[in-house]
Amino acid sequence: MARCLMIDQLFMDPTFKIVIVDENPVRAAILEEGLREAGHVHVVRIDEMSHLLTRIYAIDPDVILIDLENPSRDVLEQMFQVSRAVKRPVAMFVDQSDTASIQASVDAGVSAYIVGNLQKERIKTILDLCISRFNAFSRLQNELDRTRSALEERKVIDRAKGILMKAKNLSEDTAYALLRKTAMNENKKIAEVAQSVVTAAELFK
Amino acid sequence: MNPKRLRIGFIPLCDATALIVAVDKGFAAAEGLDVELVREVSWSNVRDKLNIGLFDVAHLIAPVAIASSLGLGHVKVPILAPFGLGVNGNAITVSPELYAALAATADGNIADPVVSGRALARVVASRKAKAQDPLTFGMTFPFSTHNYHLRFWMAAGGVDPDEDVRMIVLPPPYMVESLANKHVDGFCVGAPWNSVAVDLGIGYILHFVSEILSRAAEKVLAVRASWSAENPDMLRRLIRALGRAAAFVENPANRDEASAILAAPNRIGASAEVIRRTLDGRLKVTPDGTIRTSDRYLLVGRKAAGRPDPVQAAWLYAQMVRWGQAPYSDEMLAAAKAVFRPDLYDAALPSEAPDTAGEPVDGIGAFTGPPFDANDIERHLAASKIRR
Repeated sequence: MARCLMIDQLFMDPTFKIVIVDENPVRAAILEEGLREAGHVHVVRIDEMSHLLTRIYAIDPDVILIDLENPSRDVLEQMFQVSRAVKRPVAMFVDQSDTASIQASVDAGVSAYIVGNLQKERIKTILDLCISRFNAFSRLQNELDRTRSALEERKVIDRAKGILMKAKNLSEDTAYALLRKTAMNENKKIAEVAQSVVTAAELFK
Repeated sequence: MNPKRLRIGFIPLCDATALIVAVDKGFAAAEGLDVELVREVSWSNVRDKLNIGLFDVAHLIAPVAIASSLGLGHVKVPILAPFGLGVNGNAITVSPELYAALAATADGNIADPVVSGRALARVVASRKAKAQDPLTFGMTFPFSTHNYHLRFWMAAGGVDPDEDVRMIVLPPPYMVESLANKHVDGFCVGAPWNSVAVDLGIGYILHFVSEILSRAAEKVLAVRASWSAENPDMLRRLIRALGRAAAFVENPANRDEASAILAAPNRIGASAEVIRRTLDGRLKVTPDGTIRTSDRYLLVGRKAAGRPDPVQAAWLYAQMVRWGQAPYSDEMLAAAKAVFRPDLYDAALPSEAPDTAGEPVDGIGAFTGPPFDANDIERHLAASKIRR
């Protein structure tokens, strides 16, 4: 109930527009979903960087979110400059005193630009949501990377086992035991020893 | 002794040379420093990560160090520049169409910035008369040397950069593509991007910036003032390592090795041959292979390029005032000059006698206008007809 009230107060503004600039479609979708769940109906994703400012001016958003891996962040900095093209003042997402917020958003890899004069609490809520979604995405990415490398390691260990079994006429268990013992003696990971076996076998081919 | 750990952010450009060579050739390690170089994609990222302490030190475009110290455009964080990572190194490149239009209307040698600037004014006027879209020029950042160099050149020719043309920010890796797809008609950027455009046959290098300003501070080694105060010993070691690296690169006998180090995919990631051209100041300027040489194209360490000169900081602040990015005050001028710290350089490299023979008397050597006086920038600005 309290949550609904908060959303009502903060977000149910039908004219409020958010632009997400991100070339990573998965991450942008995760963020957009989060913003929509929080009640933002006007969320526009931009994944094409040419004519970026023209696109943004056409949308005329209140908040712009951009990932820090994106070189076009420098393009957005141009909005700070006084020029004919800029209709409303643009500011960075937090004031000088709020270094914790800057730190958290840079760590998460996202930056927010505010157009016009928005209430600070509103920005803070959006930024916090952004940070948590970006962090969730990194966790997902890391998990995926770990799974992928675990799979790679298993493949290389299997190949090394096969090579040892054939060359030294060993059983599968003995071949694995040999890899493990060598790894322990040399203070290495089994996958590393397995990789050297595979490399050596290729050299001897 | 335990090596001291340092995290340094950089953008993959040829003026990160001294920094990359200091790390990869072992000059930093010899000073007991364990440096992690972090490649970044935008100046905003470098600035923010330096400001909040994710980087101890950064390769930074000189005006951003000044803007950050003055609190212009962003949060105010005092930054010091105790080492110059490059003097000059930028070039203005234009599309074949604009080059042809300039050449057709030029009343002299187009390689002379006085002539090319006047030609640009005529092209701009003729486009206006025909109700064509204004020309668009790319530069790298609002507070960038590229922005100021382009503006200085075109305004001298009578072109108002805010009224007569469009100036847009483009990340350096997107410059060439934007010229190819006619998104821009020209740009000002550092190496290797001008050469890349010429090699692809889609750009003509119109000017080396050294033809517009004989001596223009480009990138600096930037540190937070607070970090400098807390780590004086580490900073001295780093400056020494950079001084050695810069001297190494400036010896032509070492240039092949340096170019190979810089070409690595996790460093500049461009061809070693293009990087070598940059270091040698021997550039292909037209797609048909015309070569232009200059011993001032990019100064990494020679001609006292590593020693920060407060006159340069004053010139950059003057451009911020001229183009409406900053108000003028004596205090701000003094604060801008105080960003550049030759005293910190001298403390680390006391034996270096500055080699400044033949350098411009006013420290800048602009192709037009009265000599620059760092103590009287209002006079400098008064001589500018086009300003905000």
